[in-house]
Amino acid sequence: MNLLNLFDEINQADPEFADRISPRRDAIKNITSFGSKVAVAAMPFVFSTLVKKAYGQALSPQVIEVLNFALTAEYLESTYYNTYGQRSNIPSGDRPGIELIRVDENNHKKFLLQNLGSAAISEPKFDYTAGGTFADLTRNDSVGYDTFLALAQAFEDNGVRAYKGQAPALMSAPAILTAALNIHSVEGRHAAHLRYLRQRRGVAVKPWITGVTSGIPAAPVALVYAGEDNVTQGGVNLTTLPGASGNATANMVTEAYDEPNTKENVTNIVKLFLAK
Amino acid sequence: MKTSQENVVGGQMARRSFLKFASAGAMAAGVVATAASCKKREYVDDDHVDLGSGDIAILNYAYALEQLEAAFYTQVAANFYANISSEERALLTDIRDHEISHRELFKAALSSSAIPALTPNFSSIDFNNRNSVLSAAKAFEDLGVAAYNGAGAMIKSADYLTLAGKIVSVEARHAATVRNLLQFNSFVDNTIVDIANTSLEKSKTPQEVVPIANTFLTGKKIAAPSLGIY
Repeated sequence: MNLLNLFDEINQADPEFADRISPRRDAIKNITSFGSKVAVAAMPFVFSTLVKKAYGQALSPQVIEVLNFALTAEYLESTYYNTYGQRSNIPSGDRPGIELIRVDENNHKKFLLQNLGSAAISEPKFDYTAGGTFADLTRNDSVGYDTFLALAQAFEDNGVRAYKGQAPALMSAPAILTAALNIHSVEGRHAAHLRYLRQRRGVAVKPWITGVTSGIPAAPVALVYAGEDNVTQGGVNLTTLPGASGNATANMVTEAYDEPNTKENVTNIVKLFLAK
Repeated sequence: MKTSQENVVGGQMARRSFLKFASAGAMAAGVVATAASCKKREYVDDDHVDLGSGDIAILNYAYALEQLEAAFYTQVAANFYANISSEERALLTDIRDHEISHRELFKAALSSSAIPALTPNFSSIDFNNRNSVLSAAKAFEDLGVAAYNGAGAMIKSADYLTLAGKIVSVEARHAATVRNLLQFNSFVDNTIVDIANTSLEKSKTPQEVVPIANTFLTGKKIAAPSLGIY
């Protein structure tokens, strides 16, 4: 599986990766044996103390995997904005919004790191030009800004799809699921804003995704939008249902629903931006 | 390999027993609160519509909100406020079409379990006034996002959870866009997102959302005894 390949690659950069996870499991085991020796009357106190200390340690391996996957997407985004989101080529009117996004992504990263504790994977090294495909990104001018916005849009839309695809895998952990949903919608807000900025600069995109339209010609970005042209939801072809007048059109219904993406597809997208 | 598997199983056991313990405590607390505050009943008053129970209740809850949104934008687009820009006209028309699709999907998916068509009351909104229309749109969209986010963990079916996820991010796109029309760069702010700390959206429970939604209904209002909402 490609995700595991990615973790392997990160593991090479961080040889302690495996060691970071296993002590955690010992800790969980210790909690169990400790608990069994404590009188029932003392349990509420013991549990609340342990939970405070060990919020991250109560996460199942599946939840840890999902959160590390999310963390990978947040690493990609936060470092992107930290690197390119405060440059002088950003028009002054656009700066407050870009800064809001930068702060949000760093907060999301921090939130995931806190919850994962020592189970968190390390940050890989990124090459946001994807081996030169997006070389214009490094230009500190309006061409560089347009490229910055295009990639930012792709990363946010990718983030929306990534979180959405993992929601079912978090159903066993309701609090974590709600937190993930509360990140997911913020990524959606960011994506809409970046698309709106681009629309106002003359790019043929809207705040929502029409079919697979991205307004980004470079081929790798097509991966981010593959499948967004789906018109069937819940087994119903939505173009057979009424719109404001006559039936809804394919454009209307593809815009009205964002599609999830698989871990494998998202990982392949992230890998395009890993430093070689 | 064997050792690591044993550890994984041990971890799951610990978590399960913790959850059992935690939910028993929460239930005990809940019983006390319920007994103290109100009598539990299973029917709704004649002037309310029952959303049902389980996933049907959540889908009907979403259907009710989508009915409100679709009706609102239909009224907006039927007679746009004076001097609207072509950009705003196009964006609000798109949003209307998305909300209608959401409404029609829930109606079709719920079939005979669907609540009836609700009668909106938008008398508090001045449809000739740009600020009034966009402020109401912002309130509806922010409420919709918070409502979907808050209901997600209550959904039992993974397919319905994914469907709700497909819709909520589009509601978030609407919310961001309408907010930008009202005030550029206000697509997120600290009233809806915890920007000072986690940058998580502030979700709302059905118990918080239903009373707000009901202020926009004339005739029958919505209730869900299965969720403790009367």
